[in-house]
Amino acid sequence: MQNLLEIKDLKIKTLRNKEEVMLLDKVNLNIAPGQCLGIVGESGCGKSITANSLLKLLPYPLSVSSGNAMFKSPSLGMVDLLNLEENAMRGIRGKEIAMIFQEPMTSLDPIFTIERQMKEALEFHHPHMPENEKHERCVEVLKQVNIPRIEQTLASYPHQLSGGQLQRIMIAIALINTPALLIADEPTTALDVTIQAQILELMNNLKHEQNASVMFITHDLGVIAETSEQVAVFYSGHIVEEASAEELFYRPAHPYTEGLIRSISSLNEKGNQLYSIPGNVPPGGELKSYCRFYDRCKYAEDSCKRGLPMLVEVAPKHYCRCFRHSMEVEV
Amino acid sequence: MSDIKRITKKRKFRKDNTLYLLLRDPLGRAGFMGIALIVLLAIFAPYISNFDVAEIHSKDRLQAPNSTYWFGTDNFGRDIFSRIVYGARVSLIVGIVSVSIAAGIGFILGIISGYFEGRIETTIMMVMDVLFAFPSILLALLIVAVLGTSIVNTMIAIGIVNIPVFTRTVRASVKSIKSLDFVADAKSIGLKDRDILIRHIAPNSLASFIVQATLALSSAILTEATMSFLGLGIRPPEPSWGSMLSESRAFMELAPWMVIFPALFIILTILSFNILGDALRDVLDPKLKL
Amino acid sequence: MSEYLLTVKNLKTYFPIKEGLVKRTVGYVKAVEDVSFSVKQKQVYAIVGESGCGKSTAGKSIVRLIEPTAGEVIFDGKNLSSLSDEEIRLKRRDMQFIFQNPYSSLNPRMNVYQLLSEPLKTHFNLTENEMQLQILEMIDKIGITEDQLWRYPHQFSGGQKQRISIARALITKPRFVIADEPVSALDVSIQAQVLNLLINLQKEMELAMVFISHDLNVVRFISSEVAVMYLGSIMESGSTDEIYQKPLHPYSKALLDAVPNIDPLKKKRRSSLKGEVPNPANPPSGCPFSPRCSRADDICRKEKPTLSFYKGRNIACHNPLE
Repeated sequence: MQNLLEIKDLKIKTLRNKEEVMLLDKVNLNIAPGQCLGIVGESGCGKSITANSLLKLLPYPLSVSSGNAMFKSPSLGMVDLLNLEENAMRGIRGKEIAMIFQEPMTSLDPIFTIERQMKEALEFHHPHMPENEKHERCVEVLKQVNIPRIEQTLASYPHQLSGGQLQRIMIAIALINTPALLIADEPTTALDVTIQAQILELMNNLKHEQNASVMFITHDLGVIAETSEQVAVFYSGHIVEEASAEELFYRPAHPYTEGLIRSISSLNEKGNQLYSIPGNVPPGGELKSYCRFYDRCKYAEDSCKRGLPMLVEVAPKHYCRCFRHSMEVEV
Repeated sequence: MSDIKRITKKRKFRKDNTLYLLLRDPLGRAGFMGIALIVLLAIFAPYISNFDVAEIHSKDRLQAPNSTYWFGTDNFGRDIFSRIVYGARVSLIVGIVSVSIAAGIGFILGIISGYFEGRIETTIMMVMDVLFAFPSILLALLIVAVLGTSIVNTMIAIGIVNIPVFTRTVRASVKSIKSLDFVADAKSIGLKDRDILIRHIAPNSLASFIVQATLALSSAILTEATMSFLGLGIRPPEPSWGSMLSESRAFMELAPWMVIFPALFIILTILSFNILGDALRDVLDPKLKL
Repeated sequence: MSEYLLTVKNLKTYFPIKEGLVKRTVGYVKAVEDVSFSVKQKQVYAIVGESGCGKSTAGKSIVRLIEPTAGEVIFDGKNLSSLSDEEIRLKRRDMQFIFQNPYSSLNPRMNVYQLLSEPLKTHFNLTENEMQLQILEMIDKIGITEDQLWRYPHQFSGGQKQRISIARALITKPRFVIADEPVSALDVSIQAQVLNLLINLQKEMELAMVFISHDLNVVRFISSEVAVMYLGSIMESGSTDEIYQKPLHPYSKALLDAVPNIDPLKKKRRSSLKGEVPNPANPPSGCPFSPRCSRADDICRKEKPTLSFYKGRNIACHNPLE
């Protein structure tokens, strides 16, 4: 296997009024070493639970109902993340796969200093590292994320720092054990544009320096365009389109992707109306058995209701799930 | 004009009825049925009881439960079943009246101190804190000692003791609701303060208020029982579950039914109110409305 | 009659910082330090800035949802700060406010009918039938059906909720509305729908609107004039097209440069802005932007530039860009 991570037929379900409800439906994703895979989608599309399932962080009553995620672990060799014992997972979580969340303010503990929290991340995987080495490592990663006045920052508590600083620190903590894969779940959504620009630039630089793979989850196509080489578009619990960033933005194949891109670019054209996709975002857990974009699609025909379209290759390495490109129905 | 009746308000049975939702929940059903049972006992006491509560059967003292005396008799030969049935009246009336006193005063004080900040709030809360600082049973006993023992004074005492809890609950929810966007929105629409309080703040703080009321009902009944047990509540021969327990002290080993039955009913009532309170909290969430 | 429906002059809103048992005021958070602008009839005027720049507080201070500390707001020839609470309350019929988050700005215990009838009942003496006609007319515009009138907010999607909240603000037929980030809580594919609705209603009802946003793309689309705010003050204001084409203030330029581009081939090496927004309780001396500005010199650090007319727009900068 060349890829660092291969997710195959991942399905996630939950319980609602004692009934099983599917939230995520047969998701297949690959991440190559050093690659940044962007996952884009709206609320309830299943993008965040995909990431959480990889580290066994699904909150009750969500659970993985089938599928596997083969990860080329530097320490354990090939493992299936979805069927890993909790003990082995602890060795991977935070060390080989690290995660950055949306809200830096709530991801850090308010009663401990930054240094204490950074060292904790280090200690768990390197219990015998001497104190001064730990300190050096903290200083080193904070330098990487461009934190000014490092010693002062290390001694501060989270409330003394700004959102942008905290998100840098979260990234530093994620990098402290030099992970092979970094999962960033909406890392810049809570930040302002000028701070977002700093963080995106930082992440792009780090990716080149460290050769780490990144899974970048966001709802913002602009952010995806700036960071990712490969993009998967999620809609209502599955992937509707996947391609390289260039291919996706210049030749979108799925009506949903096309609509999103057109509505954003129509903001730049002075006109009376914005291009808009009609209808509402389908809530999580209501997965239709025919094309899930049917009722919002401008190309929809009655025949689109015959089943779920299959994700097929419409151009080299460009996959799309739409009956306009292939008549194949998923079974 | 044809437009006149275009909007017809659909007021038929809807599934967002609070009672319907409450009874759909197994716990809510259990609590509701427990309380219904006690209420029915209280209302139909004269038809259910076999004997007069004060009627002394000197020959049948300390009888174990049998076909004549379903729950046995006490040391005077009075029928325990009849006394329990009539005792339900006392317990419920004491509970409802004292909680109404507490809830009424507490709600008003809570709304005032929550909505209008500043000196009024500080003063009200200072008085409440002082009231809170007393152990409630001690405070109730003190009030009864001053006012004299009677059923009315017991209710007043229990009512006063419970005011601070209501004030605090209502004030806390008013404060948190006041900071929500929809209150700012109501202000930006141009609503009067009074309308914001009545239409937006009060309905949204009602849930925690009602839940608090059911919990206070059970604690009021318990306080009455305790006070009667200590001899400072309901005067004999008027039956109250608490006073029955109190009188049974000396005969606990000889006639355990004298303890068991009043205790059982106190537990049943309190449990039912608590369960109902919990179920109500869930049911009053507007998100459950379909 | 002046051509402006709304004129804001030197608006300031300070929040006291209180400390200790006796709640002594130890300082002020200067949320809005100096804001002046004018809005014409039927015009969309945007205020753009990052979080904490005071744009939202400024919006709320204009319509006195927050009491401003100083400054004048002239609306329709009347100075709002001189009006009594009751006069302001009645004036709200003509000036409404749309909140950012429809998930929290609608009372969860009121159905759509109640939500829409409340503003009418507050400001007009209508018969039940007249009111129903107005409500029907309004829900038709926002795409809510008659059946849905009896539903509660949680039964609607985010986009529908925001439509309802727009309807609630506009049902009294105001002449002026402040929209505070009206689409930023919504999903990407829904934002365009709601913006279209807002624009159509604005044109149809001939509304003047102050549109507050952090999203520069949206601001460009919707507004004819814009004010760029930073740390409580306006840095640059003027025609939206001109500012977007050629920002004169270094901060406007930095802000525009930071917007992510959806064209992956234009992964530009941007001159990304260093540092963070300062704490408004302890602002830097001189120009508020000086600690982050590459063009800052001694004057910038000492003296706060005032907003003055320069090359067809207003700008507060000692060293404007060419």
